[in-house]
Amino acid sequence: MAGEAGMFMVPQTTGSVLCCKCGIRMQPNAANMCVKCLRSEVDITEGLPKHVMIIHCPECDSYLLPPKTWIKAQVESKELLTFCLNRLKSLRNKVRIVHAEFIWTEPHSKRIKVRLRVQKEVLNGAILEQAYIVEYVQQEHMCESCSRIQANPDQWVAAVQLRQHVSHRRTFFYLEQLILKHDAAGRAIRIKQMDQGIDFFFANRSHGVKFVEFLGKVSPIRSRHDKQLVSHDPKSNNYNYKYTFSVEISPVCREDLICLPPKVAVSLGNLGPIVICTKVTNSIALLDPLTLRYCFLDADQYWRSAFRSLLTCRQLVEYIVLDVEIISPEVNVGGSKYALADAQVARLSDFGRNDTIFFIKTHLGHLLKPGDHALGYDLYGANSNDIELEKYKGLVLPEAILIKKSYEEKRQRKRGKPRAWKLKSLNMEVDDTKGRNEQEKMNSEYEEFLRDLEENPELRFNISLYRNKGYQPSEMASTADGEDVPSIPLEELLADLDITDAEDSGDDNDDDGMRE
Amino acid sequence: MATRLQFENNCEVGVFSKLTNAYCLVAIGGSESFYSVFESELADVIPVVKTSIAGTRIIGRLCAGNKKGLLVPHNTTDQELQHLRNSLPDQVVVQRIEERLSALGNCIACNDHVALAHTDLDKETEEIIADVLGVEVFRQTIAGNILVGSFCSFSNRGGLVHPHTSIEDLDELSTLLQVPLVAGTVNRGSEVIAAGMVVNDWTAFCGSDTTATELSVIESVFKLREAQPNAIVDEMRKSLIDSYV
Repeated sequence: MAGEAGMFMVPQTTGSVLCCKCGIRMQPNAANMCVKCLRSEVDITEGLPKHVMIIHCPECDSYLLPPKTWIKAQVESKELLTFCLNRLKSLRNKVRIVHAEFIWTEPHSKRIKVRLRVQKEVLNGAILEQAYIVEYVQQEHMCESCSRIQANPDQWVAAVQLRQHVSHRRTFFYLEQLILKHDAAGRAIRIKQMDQGIDFFFANRSHGVKFVEFLGKVSPIRSRHDKQLVSHDPKSNNYNYKYTFSVEISPVCREDLICLPPKVAVSLGNLGPIVICTKVTNSIALLDPLTLRYCFLDADQYWRSAFRSLLTCRQLVEYIVLDVEIISPEVNVGGSKYALADAQVARLSDFGRNDTIFFIKTHLGHLLKPGDHALGYDLYGANSNDIELEKYKGLVLPEAILIKKSYEEKRQRKRGKPRAWKLKSLNMEVDDTKGRNEQEKMNSEYEEFLRDLEENPELRFNISLYRNKGYQPSEMASTADGEDVPSIPLEELLADLDITDAEDSGDDNDDDGMRE
Repeated sequence: MATRLQFENNCEVGVFSKLTNAYCLVAIGGSESFYSVFESELADVIPVVKTSIAGTRIIGRLCAGNKKGLLVPHNTTDQELQHLRNSLPDQVVVQRIEERLSALGNCIACNDHVALAHTDLDKETEEIIADVLGVEVFRQTIAGNILVGSFCSFSNRGGLVHPHTSIEDLDELSTLLQVPLVAGTVNRGSEVIAAGMVVNDWTAFCGSDTTATELSVIESVFKLREAQPNAIVDEMRKSLIDSYV
């Protein structure tokens, strides 16, 4: 300051003094002692903790921060260093920590070494910095949750038993895709495929409840829950239960033919009574194929009467369409279009053998052309013993009810070729002890399910399809004649996230957990 | 030779004693050992006087003096003044001065020829110092400290100053005082030099914490090894005889 004011300043050169202990020449400092002598005189690390015991859980690699917090930390990580310094509480008011680093130790030695540099004021204001090593001894002690898991690995608290009492698994294939898309079963600790259903196991009751709620949003279900007392501690009023949720999905599936019970038919405004189920979400969509009247039944309404199907998709018979005459314009029914038509059809099995021809009404007038194949229920030939049907006296049943157009003939050509897309699948435990027949049946059902997806854009609206990298489109496909087998446009497919280094090895591996 | 001692387990011996070439003042302590160390070293050369100043024992910090005179602060009692006048040799002038800064030992550092004084001392005080002690007075600071009497200690043969004194300051002080100076410490690194030691031309007394290194610095800068009272006389006699012959 004086210099700035233009005053003359005598330049000051710091002299040197002799260290008062060893006599070495040095710069004068607060203690007037050289650093070495100061070090020998005072040890600022005296009384600081040098051996600390820490408790480590070997299962989940976490460390106990007393009283009961467990901190997950990797070896030599920033988190672990923070934890280690936290354990040296007594250091805080004695010295100042300026640096800390790990010294490598053999992991099996169960020792962590941290080199600390600490500062402290000594002898009339001289600040001394000194490095020292703290050794942490790792004591292995499993944390509470790990020890609980260790005691019984599949210790579930809540089990959701999902069932549908029908002869096929089509619903579960679809449900599996919905669950994957919404990651609804992400918390499940075990998923097991059962006869007529799937069991989901959860570690927490609330996870189970959440899953049941999810199911209630996507399908017409009825559920009940029970609990079993596992253990209890009357002193602290702790009760330990196992919860079981029994969830039943309605046996009515898409494309089923239903004969409504008289009461239901009346309550729905004299619908039917012979109706087709066109869609199943959390409600059931019913369509009268003869009048194009439709209605929705929600889960509550359905379970009040809980009727079953008259005929299911396994009883579908293939017809050939001989003539179609549209008698109504196209009508939009619940998002999909239908047109009422008079048709002449003959069973494919009769075709060329006899002249049995049925004159029927169909709701697929917009799709069918003479010469097409269609799948339908053969009420003429069916021998049904449905109780509901008996209740209607004098009901004239149509001879056949067409359900959908068939592409079977065209598919013959494409058989065995891979699809351009694929689906993910849940990590499900499958009971392999069942026979080969079961396995084959399931594979063919899955194939049918995939075809359904291709034919029905409404069905695949809610699920994620992934691009199949291995698929190479053949040139033959593009030269096929006019009306082609329905397929899924490429834009609808998602690219599968694949984090592998080598491109080709990724191709080999990405079929794990996928079914085509 | 330099001697190490302590006053009632306190190493700041310069606080409790005053040593010049003509007399030595020692504080009245509970134990005789402090006094007896001075006595054994100095008894046959100069008088060692036990006294208090203003009723306190910190006489070294309250008075300033050399072989010609002794300055005591205004709060010195008449009895003490009388006792000092009776005990000291006749040629030593004892003078009480009216100065606001009563710790004269902290404000004045002197040998038999020059004195360094606190920058805030009165003009009159400065004149009294010059008259009574027969010295040239310089107002100075040492390493930025105005208490020159605390942070330096010098005899007619050498001087020890505050360890933080820069080389330029050392040169300037050395020119003023006409004695070699060195920056150093006493009492194991203490920078309050005058509190830790007392010195005259042939002997020095240091606090018992003083290390061997510090002691050797003190002995060499104050030239104590060759300086015994009779050695000085011998030297003088030699030169006298030289000139006589």
